[in-house]
Amino acid sequence: MSKIIPIGPYHPLQEEPELFKLYCEGEIVKDVKWETGYNHRGIEKLSESKTFDQVFFLVERVCGICSTSHPFAFANCIEEIGEIEVPNRAKYIRTIIAELERIHSHLLWVGLAGHFLGYNTVFMWAWKYREPVLDLFEKISGNRNSYAMFKIGGVRRDIENDKIPEIKKILDLVKKKTDLLTGAVMDDPVIHARTKGVGILTKEDIIDFAAVGPTARASGIAIDVRKDDPYAAYPLINWKVITAEEGDVFAKAKVRLLEMYESVSIIEQCLDGLKKEPEGQTEIVVKNIPEGIGTGHAEAPRGEVFHFAKTNGSNYPVRHKIRAPSYVNIATFKKSCIGQTISDATISLAAVDPCYCCTERLASVYDFGSGHKILGGEELIRISQKQTDKLLKL
Amino acid sequence: MEKDFQIDELKKHFKDKVILIEKKNNRRIFVHISPDAVVKISDFLFSNLHYRFIIASALQSNLGFEIYYHFSNDKNGEIVNLHVILPAKKTAIESLTGLFEAANWIEREMHEILGIDFLNHPNLEKLISEGNWAEGVYPYRIEK
Repeated sequence: MSKIIPIGPYHPLQEEPELFKLYCEGEIVKDVKWETGYNHRGIEKLSESKTFDQVFFLVERVCGICSTSHPFAFANCIEEIGEIEVPNRAKYIRTIIAELERIHSHLLWVGLAGHFLGYNTVFMWAWKYREPVLDLFEKISGNRNSYAMFKIGGVRRDIENDKIPEIKKILDLVKKKTDLLTGAVMDDPVIHARTKGVGILTKEDIIDFAAVGPTARASGIAIDVRKDDPYAAYPLINWKVITAEEGDVFAKAKVRLLEMYESVSIIEQCLDGLKKEPEGQTEIVVKNIPEGIGTGHAEAPRGEVFHFAKTNGSNYPVRHKIRAPSYVNIATFKKSCIGQTISDATISLAAVDPCYCCTERLASVYDFGSGHKILGGEELIRISQKQTDKLLKL
Repeated sequence: MEKDFQIDELKKHFKDKVILIEKKNNRRIFVHISPDAVVKISDFLFSNLHYRFIIASALQSNLGFEIYYHFSNDKNGEIVNLHVILPAKKTAIESLTGLFEAANWIEREMHEILGIDFLNHPNLEKLISEGNWAEGVYPYRIEK
């Protein structure tokens, strides 16, 4: 007789509501069932009542972490219908944003994976090193998340050439910190013990479930939309697809960590490319979208994002279908969790990086009566550091 | 000319079942097929040509219900869209779950939102709106 252990719908392990029922005999998971739909917001239906320009803001909110991949796929989709070619400068900027997003998303995952293992040092480190990337986003787009950079025919904001040295400086810092983190994670015997041989997905499983992204690449299947169906600036630069053969949680971590170096290299090449393109040429004017059917995809940090749209010559999509990578990746739990112990099942669940909506940020505190700012971000950091010092002295 | 060769194969194998092949550009191909051949043609794409099933998109139009099955060839970035039209009176089609597990969730979703029946699907329970939506009422379906 198996016992059911529920994880969710609201659980400290999962930042997003979803219910997993682990059917266990003793410590071993024998079956897993899940209930989805707790976070269903009807975005596909809502999209049919928005103009093409508004849909970009809507799809950005599908996921708080990969908030560029959805607009990217939608732009590819609509630009395919309208046969629109965006200027090179816009291509480079789009690629820079997408790759910065990959770095911050992978750092976020590494942190969460550490947290799931009960290894909170990794969590603290990874999230600390993610901060400069978010600061960089704020410098480029004005936002730490949901950057609102994309539009049909180009991007909304330019990255001025005089900002490039500063961006490169932050990238160097990110690279150095990634070195540190990669070394710590890859050589740690505790992480090896908890992740090697755990939650293995074979090549056959990946093909059967049509899994994508780092989940597939960690099982030796080298699929990456950026290489297979190149878009934006990816065909203009040199980079390679990272794969691993083992298919376990450690391989997935390895793929993600090494991908961050590729992302840094891609951004550096794009920044060099930007210098050659005239400033300000970031978009072309698109007056109308003809009737047609389009399919667009882009490689999000978690895998392929796919958008399908049908247009009728008006200002609105008639049908808009979105497939996020987690939709196919989450289904692989059926293979990765069964036969594992309960404690390993949690990290197997986390290994595919199910999409968390995480847009929290440090807020400024205002006095409600007078409207004066009484605490800003910097003050809050200083206060928290003081508290930590106090604790250390005790 | 590997791409053309594959399209020719489709025509050669399923002559009367393949109604029209539209090439939008080198990487986007729409194949309009007869609904009763969907399993055979999907099996051919998946098993023989090693295409990856991306997802399926369903919509309702004047023609009835339309489903686009999106397959990707990850070697050359080609996306093949199998297009079937189901008349509004007969909204049933064979399930692809026998071929690959990836079709499981999306067929449940299409059944839930549009009321399309997938024959031989192992579990057509609701995926998104369990307990929140009346039975036999489909949120995307326009009753004419």
